[in-house]
Parts: sequence; C-alpha cells; structure tokens
Amino acid sequence: MSDATRTPEAERVSLDVNGVPTDVTVSPETPLLWVLRQELGLPGTRFGCGMALCGACTVHVDGEPMRACVTPVRAAAGRRITTIEGLSGPVAEALQRAWVRVDVAQCGYCQSGQIMSAAALLTTNGAPSDADIDRAMEGNLCRCGTYPRIRDAIKGAAAQLSASRSDA
Amino acid sequence: MGSVLSPDPATGHLQDMRRRTFLLAGLGATGALFVGWSLTPPRQRLHPDDTPQPGDGSVPLNGWLAIGTDNHVTIMAPKAEMGQGIHTALAMLVAEELDCDWPQIRVVHSGVDRIFNNIAAFVDGLPFHEDLAESQAVRGVRWLTAKTMRELGVMMTGGSSSVRDVWEVARLAGATARAQLLAAAAERAKVPVAQCRADAGVVIAGDQRFTFGSLATAAAGRRIAKVTLRDPARFRIVGRDRGRIDADAIVTGSPRYSIDVREPGMLSAAVLMAPAFGSTVQRLDRRAALARPGVRAVVELPGSAYGDAPGVAVVADSWWQARQALTALAVEWSPSPHAQLTTAGIMAQLRTAAGGDEGLPFRSHGEAQEVLAQATRTLDVTYEAPYLAHATMEPMNATVRVRAGGAEVWTSTQVPGAARHAVADVLGLSDEQVTLHQRVLGGGFGRRLEVDYVAQAAMIARALPDTAVQTIWSREDDLRHDFYRPAAVSRLRAALDDAGRVTSIVCHSASQAPFKALSRRLGLVYTSYGPDKTTAEGTWDQPYEFPALRSAHQEVALPVPVGSWRGVGHSHQAFFFESFVDELAHAAGADPFRYRLALLANHPRARAVLEAAAAAGGWGTPLGNTADGRPQARGIALHGSFGTVVAMVAEVSLGADQQVRVHRVVAAVDCGVVVNPNGVRQQVESSVVFGLSAALRGDVAIDGGRIRPGNFHEYPPLRFSECPAIHTVIVPSAAVPSGMGEPALSVVAPAVGNALVALTGTRLRTLPLRPPAVGPS
Repeated sequence: MSDATRTPEAERVSLDVNGVPTDVTVSPETPLLWVLRQELGLPGTRFGCGMALCGACTVHVDGEPMRACVTPVRAAAGRRITTIEGLSGPVAEALQRAWVRVDVAQCGYCQSGQIMSAAALLTTNGAPSDADIDRAMEGNLCRCGTYPRIRDAIKGAAAQLSASRSDA
Repeated sequence: MGSVLSPDPATGHLQDMRRRTFLLAGLGATGALFVGWSLTPPRQRLHPDDTPQPGDGSVPLNGWLAIGTDNHVTIMAPKAEMGQGIHTALAMLVAEELDCDWPQIRVVHSGVDRIFNNIAAFVDGLPFHEDLAESQAVRGVRWLTAKTMRELGVMMTGGSSSVRDVWEVARLAGATARAQLLAAAAERAKVPVAQCRADAGVVIAGDQRFTFGSLATAAAGRRIAKVTLRDPARFRIVGRDRGRIDADAIVTGSPRYSIDVREPGMLSAAVLMAPAFGSTVQRLDRRAALARPGVRAVVELPGSAYGDAPGVAVVADSWWQARQALTALAVEWSPSPHAQLTTAGIMAQLRTAAGGDEGLPFRSHGEAQEVLAQATRTLDVTYEAPYLAHATMEPMNATVRVRAGGAEVWTSTQVPGAARHAVADVLGLSDEQVTLHQRVLGGGFGRRLEVDYVAQAAMIARALPDTAVQTIWSREDDLRHDFYRPAAVSRLRAALDDAGRVTSIVCHSASQAPFKALSRRLGLVYTSYGPDKTTAEGTWDQPYEFPALRSAHQEVALPVPVGSWRGVGHSHQAFFFESFVDELAHAAGADPFRYRLALLANHPRARAVLEAAAAAGGWGTPLGNTADGRPQARGIALHGSFGTVVAMVAEVSLGADQQVRVHRVVAAVDCGVVVNPNGVRQQVESSVVFGLSAALRGDVAIDGGRIRPGNFHEYPPLRFSECPAIHTVIVPSAAVPSGMGEPALSVVAPAVGNALVALTGTRLRTLPLRPPAVGPS
C-alpha cells in the first residue's frame, strides 16, 4: 500500500445487487467485496486473498464473473451485480442440485465462488469440454481438494440442462 | 524377491520398552493421582457438568443431543466442522441408535465441557509400535493416558481422531436417548417398554404413536441403567454413503463462518505484525492513522505466549478502512535478531544435525547400528523437506466483545477450550467469564489448533470496551504468521547383504518439534516435555518387517514458529521413508510392489491394502503415453498413520519445462469400520490435492529472518486443471474406526516421487519435487 491508495472520503454509490437498487456511502475505491460483506450484509461472497488469486469472491457483474476483491465499488456502479445469495434460474438450480448430488463441498468456504464461476461457464457454454471447464475454473482455488467433484457436478448439471432443453 | 528375515519381536520389544521407561516415569507424576480410580466407561462422557442450552427451546436428553417440541433433533457436536465431514459422521452415529428421521437432525457445535475432551488423539498418539499394542505395559500407559485426558485433557479436533473418539459415546448418546423416549412413551401409553419401538422419529407404543417432540420433556428426566448398542452387522445408517448434512446450505452461500460474524455496532480491525522474527514496533505515527477515514483506535500489540507476533492494530468502521490506514502508521521495526536467518542456513544446520548421531531413538531393534557398521554394502542417502504453510481458504480471524467482568468471543477453532482460556488469560478473566461461540471453519488443517489470532483479537477488543471488534488477517498476514510444518532433513542408511536384502535400517532425522511447540503455547503440559512423537513418526511405526531398525530424531531449535500441519511428521517422514524403501527395492532389483509385499508377511492389514491399491491401480500392466504424447510411469507407496493404512499408485508424466503432471491416483485404505464411505472418499481426494500442492511446489522460503511468500502467487496451491483423477478403494475392515483426515496425505508425495524414478531414472530426495531442467546438449 502506498499513499496513492489513500482512502478518499466517502461518497454515495448506487448499486444494483441481486436485482435490488441499493445506495451505499463509502469510499468509491472500496472493493466491491467489502461493500457486499460489510455494508450490505451479504457474506456469501468470501474473502480469500485480496489479489484476485483465489476466486473466493467471484460475483457476476452484468453476467460476467468478476473478482469482487479487486473491483472498486465505483466500477460496479450502475451495473447488474449478482452474488451467490441472488443467483437464480435454471443454470443455478441445476448446478446447486448437482453440487448436492455429487456432494462436492467440504469446508465450503470457496464454494460460493466456485458455483459463481461454474454458472458463468454454463450460461455461455451448455456443453463444456474438460478443457473449457479447466479454463473456467482455473482461477478458483480450493484447499479441501474438491476439484474432481466440481468437474463431475458441472458435467452433471450441463447434461441435465441439456436434457431439459430437449424435453421442452 | 527372496525371503526377508522376520524381526525377533521379543528382542525388539524388550529393548523398546527399556528405552521408553522415561516416558512411563514422566507420566507417573500425574498417573499416581489416578491409582485406585475405577475405569470410566464411555457413559461417563454422556452428561456434562453444565446442562447444555441449545438455545432453541429444545430439551437436552444428555450432553450430546436435545429434542425440540417441534420434533427437531439437535446434536451438539464437540468436534469442529472444518470440511472433514465430522458433523455428518457424528449425526450418522447418533441416528443409528436414536432411530430418528434424518431430516429431523441439525448439528450445532457444543459448548466447552470436559466430557468432550479428546481422548483418542492422545492415547493413539503415544509412541508405541502397533506390534506392541497387546503388551501389558502399553495397555497400562494407554489406560492411564485415557484417564488423564478425560479429566485434564483438552477439547480438540485434530490428529484424525474424531470418529475414533466419539464412535462409542455418540452411539451411546443416541441409544440412551431412545431408551428414555421409549420409557416415556410406555408410561404414557400404559404398556410395557418391551411393546414400544422407535422408528423415523416416532415411538410406537402398543397401538399409539408419539412423536419424539411430544415425548422430549417426559423423557428428559428418565434414568436409563443400561443400553445395548446395535450389532454392527445390523447397522442401517453407519457404513452407507451419506451426503454432507450442510450441503444444501453451502451451495447457497449460507454457512456462517467466523469471518461472517456481524454484531450490532461491530468494528473491524486490521493488523501489522512483525515482518521478521523477533522484531518489535519501535516507532509509529498513531495520529496519522487516527486521521484516516473511519478509524476509531490504534492498538499496539505486545504479542503473547500464544504465539501472536508483536505489532499494531487499526480499528475502524470497516475492514477496508482499517487495512488502508495501516500504511499511515509508518511503523519502524526494531532490527531482527535473526536477520541472518535464511532457508539455506537452516537446511545446512539440519543437515549437520541429521548427519550426526545425537538424536533420541524412538525405536531400535535388531542391533541396527552394529549390523550397519559391519556391513560391506550400504545405502546412505539424505532426504529434505521445506517449511509449509496451512493456507486455509478463510484467513485467521476472531471477533471479541469485552465487557466489565466478562467477554464474548466468536471464532472458528479446533480447540475451543484453549481458545476460551487464551481470551480469559490475556484479559485477566476466569475461563467461566468468557463465552465462546464456535463457528464452522473455512479450513483448519492444524492451523486452527493455535489460538494466537484469538488472543490477539481479545487484546485489540480490550481497547474498545462494550464493542464487538472483528479482527481479520489479510492473506499476507496469514501466510507470514503461520505455525509452519517444520523443515526437516533425514539421513537414511541401510545395510544390504550380497543378495541385496536389507539387514538393517538406521534413520536419523532432524527438525524442530512441532507438537511440543504447540503444546507449550496451548499449555498442554503432558506433551510439552520429553520426546515429540510427531518429529519421527512415519519411520519407526511402520509395519515393515525389517530385521533391524533404529529410528532416532535430533530436535533442532530455530526461531521459525512451527506447529501441526495436516499429517504432521508423517507429511514428510513418509516421503523420506517410502522413497527410501523404493530405493531398497531398486537396490535389490525387485519390483517395488512385490518388494514391499514380502516385507509384510505378518501384517495382513497393510498387505491387503497394498494389494488392493496395486490391483485397482493396474500395477504391472502397460501404461501408454499421455494424450499429448508424453511417456507416463507409475509409482507406488504405502504408509500407516493415525491408525489407518493407505497405499497409492500414482501415474505421472513430465510436461514441457519438466513440470510434474499427475494424471491419476488410486488409493486403497483400511481405516477400520467406515461410518460414511462417501466421507472417506472425500478425505482421500482432499488429502491427495493437499499433498500434491505440497509435493509439487510447497515451499515457504525464509530470507533475512522473514517469511517470503505473501500470497497465492508465491505459495501456489494445486489448481483445477492440475488435479488428477482420484479413485478410492475402501478395504473392508472390522477394526475400530481410525483416522481419515490425514492418513492419505503423506502417501502421495512418495507415490509421485517413486513414479518419477520409474519415468526418468532419477531419484528426487528433496521436496518439493522439481526435476532438473533438461540442459542444452
């Protein structure tokens, strides 16, 4: 940290979090992560590294996966922010069901971020290859070692979504 | 492979016992207090000193479970849930006897009580070889240790001991509660108890049905003289796959870790801790930090006996504000008395110690040194391992509110009683004046066996009475202020006869003593002195039948904080020893699998595990190239730890730039009776990934008396694409359940190392495994 990152005075920032318009009064440089966790009471987005190295803080901003720990809240103003608490729709439900069925989680701390990354993947790629899954999940660390089950769950969810699409 | 001489058990054991008499003497001081006490059965662990208060109106039937009038069964878990699945396993054990309906169950962390003291970890942690288990002396010491731990021990989730520790008492708690419910129903229905039975949360008494909830209050007062536990052959829940009890909560981000605690008016603290060992704050600009937005206080930290380094904290309205204001402090640190300390210097010191002969022997039989001295052919090699950090995904944190005459603490810990005591101690309170709220752990791995961060949070909160203050460490704080897996060096020597058969093995290792260091910080007197079993475990305690073996360890004092890291001594000693056994196989010109098998003639459990891994891992069958056309090879390793035996076959290749790639790991385990096979597989997967992170690149370097890595780019755990396929074979067993959180971890490094030898012909004797770059030809 240097003086260049000195916290400026607070100002009002307008956010759209999980479909709810919300104003917060914070330094605009505050990472979105800490605004979600400490100002808005949404702790499902986790702090792991503060440097976009572990993915525990992954949220969607306008549908794209972003690391909230390095995203200044000003950069998220006026954009559509989705956290694990607000993740919904067929992809989310398929993933969450698959996660439970495969019994992916262990300590669970990184899993919000894992599911957010997986949801972003399946939203744009309904039938991801192993290489696609590797690429999408490479930024999400898990110290409990849930990677093999995450892969199974993503594939399971993709298959289920594909089946329900062809049913329709 | 020719015949391998069996050791003379009598000789080995007698010598063993003589060398261990000091241990017995050491325990004698406390042991004498208990002479004449009757053996306390598990049922004395049913009822706590204080009646538990689940806080939701439930009626406690004993210290382990309560039943609500809404029919919920609340299980009060004395073991911390940190991903290992103990809350699910505990619920299965209780439910097996209670005959409730699974969705009725919720699991909460229990309060602190001595009935929850961990007995298994300390009894099984005694330094006795498994072959001695039936000896009178060993049984006596085990009994004495159990007694001591029950009365004076510590609540602890660690040492892969949880299922073993609660396996009986949890079922007893369920069975006793069921008997109470049946008795209450019998009275209400006016039928004999024999005509009552429980099923899916309902008691059927004659022709009447009562929900558990409607019986809870009447059941609570019942005294049950005796219950009989279900015959394992009739288990309906135990032994069948069960998903985690908290799986639904996790996928919606709902669990509340310690870092998620929110209390009214809560403030946040960020810390700066001494960047080098032994440095203290010399000067700081308190006023500049106080002028920063949101800042409420600046608190100097002296450090404490619990291991927290000296430093300074900034307390602010939000953590980001506090963290930003740290720079304004412009702290000047005193020079480190260890400014010359480097990894290279430490390793040189350890090499010298390992190369000497001053170590304390943990096991010696067959006149190993004498045989070695007379041998005409020997193998003499040295193995090395670096310091490692735990790097739990949730950084260390705790929230404390100090009030006149008391304090509340919210944290996640593997030792709730010790955490409560640390808070009381630094605040000058009694333990009873401190209320501890245990939260689920975002990873433990042994890091949360320490209470430094809890003591520190209490000292910070003291500056702002009546205010909850949450202290959160950054990832840099977490990696640089850990209690590391000690760096270690081991010299391994073997005497070989003309046919290449081993006639003697002599191990002499050197490192700091992690469990002794931890014990002193926590005040665990019984493990604070004498030999630290965790330094040398993984050598003398293995099932191999070498005709002579001596294993000794030289403790080396260094300023680097060390503690329990998943697997503890096994985490590196297994790599040393199992790589060495592989070297011996090669020296004998034998197949590494068959070589090991021949050394296990009298150890059927280890034999069966090894054979299962070899069969499932395709040992001896052809292995083609990888998808990108690189050659692959297999390695095998076997290791016993925490009562469990694990064997692994790893398939590896080298990518471009010589990086090690592990494609598939097949593990076979015998961990006794399995409560949740799904949980066993999860822990194998977890251990393989954790173990590979360490084996392939785990290295906490030290330079200028400072820990170098600060974040995940400098201490990079295994990432998604690098994870091998992992297959687990559970070998059926009727043995008492043993550990599963750690035992598979230690096996992966030697399995991969041995595979690399098969692939390249080069033996790597230093962790992490970094094959030499292919030089320009």
